[in-house]
Amino acid sequence: MPGDPMPASLLPHQRLGAAIRRGAQARGIALLPFLTAGYPQAAGFIPLLRRLAPVVDVIEVGVPFSDPMADGLTIQRASRAAIASGVSLRWILDELRQAGELPAPVVLMSYLNPLLAYGYERLAADARAAHVGGFIIPDLPLEEGAELSSRLEAEGLGLIHLVTPATPEPRMRQLCAASRGFVYAVTVRGTTGGAGTAMPDGVTAYLDRIRAASSLPVCAGFGLRAPAQVQALRGHVDGAIVGSALVEELEAERDPVAFLEALRGQQVTS
Amino acid sequence: MDKQESAALLQRLLQGEFPDDHGRFGSFGGCFAPETLISVLKALEAGVRRHLHDAGFAAELGRELRDWVGRPTPLTPAPRLGRNWGAEVYLKREDLAHTGAHKINNALGQALLAKRLGARRVIAETGAGQHGVATAAACARVGMPCTVYMGAVDVQRQAPNVERMYQLGARVVAVESGDRTLRAAIDEAFRDWVSDPEEAYYLLGSAVGPHPYPWLVRELQAVIGREARAQFLEMTGGLPDIAVACVGGGSNAIGLFHPFIGDAGVALMGVEAGGRGTGLGEHSATLGHGRPGVLHGSYSFLLQDADGQVQETHSISAGLDYPGVGPEHALLHSIGRVSYVGASDEEALAALQECCAAEGILPALESSHALAGARRWARDNPGKRILIGLSGRGDKDMPTLSQRLPARQAGASHAG
Repeated sequence: MPGDPMPASLLPHQRLGAAIRRGAQARGIALLPFLTAGYPQAAGFIPLLRRLAPVVDVIEVGVPFSDPMADGLTIQRASRAAIASGVSLRWILDELRQAGELPAPVVLMSYLNPLLAYGYERLAADARAAHVGGFIIPDLPLEEGAELSSRLEAEGLGLIHLVTPATPEPRMRQLCAASRGFVYAVTVRGTTGGAGTAMPDGVTAYLDRIRAASSLPVCAGFGLRAPAQVQALRGHVDGAIVGSALVEELEAERDPVAFLEALRGQQVTS
Repeated sequence: MDKQESAALLQRLLQGEFPDDHGRFGSFGGCFAPETLISVLKALEAGVRRHLHDAGFAAELGRELRDWVGRPTPLTPAPRLGRNWGAEVYLKREDLAHTGAHKINNALGQALLAKRLGARRVIAETGAGQHGVATAAACARVGMPCTVYMGAVDVQRQAPNVERMYQLGARVVAVESGDRTLRAAIDEAFRDWVSDPEEAYYLLGSAVGPHPYPWLVRELQAVIGREARAQFLEMTGGLPDIAVACVGGGSNAIGLFHPFIGDAGVALMGVEAGGRGTGLGEHSATLGHGRPGVLHGSYSFLLQDADGQVQETHSISAGLDYPGVGPEHALLHSIGRVSYVGASDEEALAALQECCAAEGILPALESSHALAGARRWARDNPGKRILIGLSGRGDKDMPTLSQRLPARQAGASHAG
């Protein structure tokens, strides 16, 4: 169950994996919501995380960036609004540190430049103090990630690598081996938040290949918005990442908890 | 950086070691792209290595540059400008290349490469519209469909170029996201490419972006400097004291500078857009005011705030209105081989008018920054030989010029 205390001996990145496995065991698939930090209101950031945490397994918090080139319109809009209201990495880490450990562990999604501006020297220690388990960095490929990766690991944090349908098999295995916490499987070509609700053909076979190659849990994301999509992923991945669709719920001032509960579907009783 | 370190980096640059195997120019450059693009970027790099210096490709490119682009472009002595400035002035006339700017050298080269790599369509971004027009023309020439992303602000201020792109068969997408200028257009072109990495070829227009683009674009633009160097030697029997070019992303500048980097007696000066002031958002002088960071796939200088958010920029010239700069310029700046200065909107306008009146040449507003920087340098260094990269012609700037410059009286006849 989400909310149970984690064994204290686990490193921060191992807690991410453990939380995902626990969710997958309980309900067939873990749920990982993405939200842009401080959106829709900076003041509501931590209260929103506290509301979501009991119904999800890991929370992906987006650090807003001025040029989010892997993101679609929804997250571009949310990022711009968050930056305009003064949200920065420093603010996010302060808020998370003061909030204390949440029932669901947190992973940060950030483009590289805000991390460079913050400074690699302090990043890992400050992120650990903020109870962050790891980082997803869409513009930091494996070849450029060695320095940050070793700094994060020194604090027990992990770099979560993305695998895409365009990734060749040998590289996919390298990415799985280098990843910590979990492996992020991008399900579609293109940016986040695609409008379709059907799974592209061949996606499940692609996901099965990643899962076979990875000793870590595999989570699928990019373009997930309907309960049927999440159900279809059961048995193929350990977790589903829902970003743009959730941000759109927040934009429309609908209840994000009800939306996530509907996506999560029925509890599997064992 | 200390002198010894700078000298060592310059030596490695001259020996052709940059970009290295990681796409780095010293510590700058690299390949900071989303995973979806890594495979295509690796394939592109392999393609560049295979084709660019292959005899068949070089022959085809050389033929097209001569017969279709109209190269070599002339080196024009500018005696009246020279008299005004107390210098000997020579203009490298990229404004006379087909479509009116240096952009065609790169667009044609990459379009030929795209064809060889089996791409089905071409994507491009454009700021001033010159790269968009050049790409539209090159794609028509090689027979490939083409989509050009252009910031909505630039669509407004460069209307004549938008029409030209349509006529040349390109689809033009006005980008309403972000700051609605070149930077947003690049973001959007990348997004299109991420959605269709195997069929589409991204024809990047400046010496920026992830490896191998800064290298590929430099190689294709270096024809400017190679020609200018040979022409200068032939015309004057020597080399210039200084070569000057404007720098936005920096493709015409790197093209002009590169063949001169080993000539210790030739000073090199890049002129950035000083806009209307030195505050954030008032200029686009990245090397003058920026700090290193990552934008659009490479590690270089960047106009950003303390949190790493990229700042909006201003320049009267759309082609210089960009918060980043090519990584090779970042290296040349950090080792001091090229000095980078700014010229304001007003200085550029004045230089444009002076060039029109003195030489009968209407330069692009971008190129007018190079003229303005050169004029200032000439004042401090009298009697020198100055080579200026006149990167493009100013016809496209007529809407801005008629807005900013005092209207000539309609029908007024010249006295005398």
